[in-house]
Amino acid sequence: MARTLMSGNEAVARGAWEAGVAIGVGYPGTPSTEVLENLVKYDGVRCEWAPNEKVAAEVAGGVSLGGVRTLVTMKHVGLNVAADALYSQSYTGVTGGLVYLVADDPGMHSSQNEQDTRNHAVGSRVPVLEPSDSQEALTFVRRAFELSERFDVPVIVRMTTRVSHGKGLVEQGERQDVPARAYERDVRKHVMMPGNARLRQRHVNARETDLVSYGAAAEENRVEIRDTSLGVITSGIAYQYVREGLPEASTLKLGLTVPLPESLILEFASKVDAVAVIEELDPYLSLRVRALGIELVEHGLPRSGELSPRLVAEAFGSDPLPVRDEVQGLPPRPPLLCPGCPHRGLFYSLGKIRAVVTGDIGCYTLGSLPPLSGMDSCVCMGASIGMAHGVDLAGSVDRPIVAVIGDSTFAHSGITGLLHMAYAGSTGTVIILDNRTTAMTGHQGNPVNGVFIDGSAAPELDLEVLSRAVGATSVRTVDPHELDATLTVLREETATDHLSVIISKAPCALLIKEEKDPYAVDEELCTKCGACIRLGCPAISRDESGRAVIDTATCVGCGQCVQVCRFDAIVRVGPSCDFGGGR
Amino acid sequence: MSITTVVLAGVGGQGTILAGDVLAKVAVAEGHDVKLSEVHGMAQRGGSVETFVRFGERVFSPVVDRGAADHLIAFEVTEAARTLRYLRPGGALVVNRRTMASLPVLIGDVEPPVGVEEALGREGAIFLDAEALACEAGSPRSANIVLMGAASYALPFETATWERVIGERVPAKTVEANVRAFHLGRDACAEGACAL
Repeated sequence: MARTLMSGNEAVARGAWEAGVAIGVGYPGTPSTEVLENLVKYDGVRCEWAPNEKVAAEVAGGVSLGGVRTLVTMKHVGLNVAADALYSQSYTGVTGGLVYLVADDPGMHSSQNEQDTRNHAVGSRVPVLEPSDSQEALTFVRRAFELSERFDVPVIVRMTTRVSHGKGLVEQGERQDVPARAYERDVRKHVMMPGNARLRQRHVNARETDLVSYGAAAEENRVEIRDTSLGVITSGIAYQYVREGLPEASTLKLGLTVPLPESLILEFASKVDAVAVIEELDPYLSLRVRALGIELVEHGLPRSGELSPRLVAEAFGSDPLPVRDEVQGLPPRPPLLCPGCPHRGLFYSLGKIRAVVTGDIGCYTLGSLPPLSGMDSCVCMGASIGMAHGVDLAGSVDRPIVAVIGDSTFAHSGITGLLHMAYAGSTGTVIILDNRTTAMTGHQGNPVNGVFIDGSAAPELDLEVLSRAVGATSVRTVDPHELDATLTVLREETATDHLSVIISKAPCALLIKEEKDPYAVDEELCTKCGACIRLGCPAISRDESGRAVIDTATCVGCGQCVQVCRFDAIVRVGPSCDFGGGR
Repeated sequence: MSITTVVLAGVGGQGTILAGDVLAKVAVAEGHDVKLSEVHGMAQRGGSVETFVRFGERVFSPVVDRGAADHLIAFEVTEAARTLRYLRPGGALVVNRRTMASLPVLIGDVEPPVGVEEALGREGAIFLDAEALACEAGSPRSANIVLMGAASYALPFETATWERVIGERVPAKTVEANVRAFHLGRDACAEGACAL
């Protein structure tokens, strides 16, 4: 059968569909997002973006209780939010197969920390399958549903960025016809109160023993004997690096890494002269293999970040590849807020009131970079609000304290923080950046913007009504492209003695379909004052003489710069085909 | 184990992802095992982006090391220099003669780099103006396909395969312009007209 080029995330969606999954639910997060975006395209599957991973995991738990197979998706930090559900779902087990798709991000390409999902699996005592390429992503997801129902357990399929966003050839199968299992009321299995939980804990203990036995003979765990002078125990993407970097080495490729098939590891170790463990992120395998009494080769590979074929090869004595001289003095190119981004206007105005800004997670985190430099902290989803209150409690700041949080992040974990501020009598200020979408992960629908995952209309959360209901005294909506009006509201609301919510509302620049004519700088009028440069717009730069120049091919005509120019030097011009904007 | 490794480098928004997808599908269509790797998310917001495409009889790693690439196709001059570390000595270097200032340069925090094109020239770069050729082809947004045309000159695939995959991958009403863009890029390399 012809094989198709698929990303790991596309292959996961395909595998879930083939496994008869009827419901997919998750919260977007790089590198996991495309799983649900692809799953929703298949017939016979309903998908939903939940406001956060915990809700997603609970919805999936309910679908499973209802006897139907379900996939729940999230990135590694999302599992922290869903962990409360997972740890007890481990006790209740499943009716319909329940699979968690969790994507780790070694190297932090798009994350606030590095985390190894296997630690949560150990803690919650659920099994983990680790695909090493797109083909395995498909087959392991199918297998995960079988294991989930066979062993009465939620199963985690752990991806990493290179598996999720890497593409490879995949042989696809047909969709299984999986009839729903009948719903049965079973209080001792499903009501986790102490007496019942103690009973279920026996199941968890016995299940772990059964899974260890399963793993010793499972085809997901593969012994490949080549040269026996070195045997490498590995899993996930690291397997590919080992095969390329150490092509002669024997390998024990573990697909099922939690719980560990100890007998298989001991047997493999007995067949080779020396054993090494090569894995990305935490030393999950190496600590446990050592605990079996197996001495490991010290290779000195890094404890964090990503591995690669050459890192592996050179750790075992290969010479480095010849390389070219590097070009020195290159400027960095960090990601930035897009031309026409409404967040730029908000951060520019916020800079005028010299606030301490506790921030949050989304595109707007980029507002922390120069020249806007508009954020003092960013920790986890929803943290901006609780932290603003905490900084206020600390009493050491005599400037305005403002929390800044996006619409989707507010729905995810911000509402409870605001509730607390109101309850605690806070007089603080919370700004909700409502750009009508979950932008950073690629424009997903959310409860605020009224768009469902399939693009259909959904109810729109009224942020003003919600904020008042939770307890904010003053709730005002501003258009952040209107810089003066925004600044006035910021000044007024940070000076009040009550809790304020400001909704900074304007759509993401990438959602705007109609094209506006760009602006250009009138050379005669520009005084080289640099005010427009301080917006940090990628369309604006200085020429050799110091005058401002607008790249008309990049400008989207948002007009923020017009408002900061005191000399009326920025004027609207017609559309331009001139790449480089006259420079 | 003969594997060919191609790195596409540029700035988020320049179309490297689509270009990499076209290249990978061409390699699949000609019977190769293929791995591709790219990074989504925050990096796409105007930051440096890289796509790796590797093809051959059997490809394990989707990731490319320093000195391991046979071809580097750079969509922007600074990014060409930044990613030159991937290209092995003797590898093919195609560079779009376009410089996009990064934000630290635009706001005056960092001096713009000097002598980058010359340094790339010393490394054997073949330069072309992909935006101008894309305009000539009739679609300013086809600069990424112009660059794939230029890259195709040194890659072992049939022109007909490229044309078919481009036809399947780009919006229907832009197919003709994109195929023209591909040929303008390819011809520019074939004639040496784009060389420094």
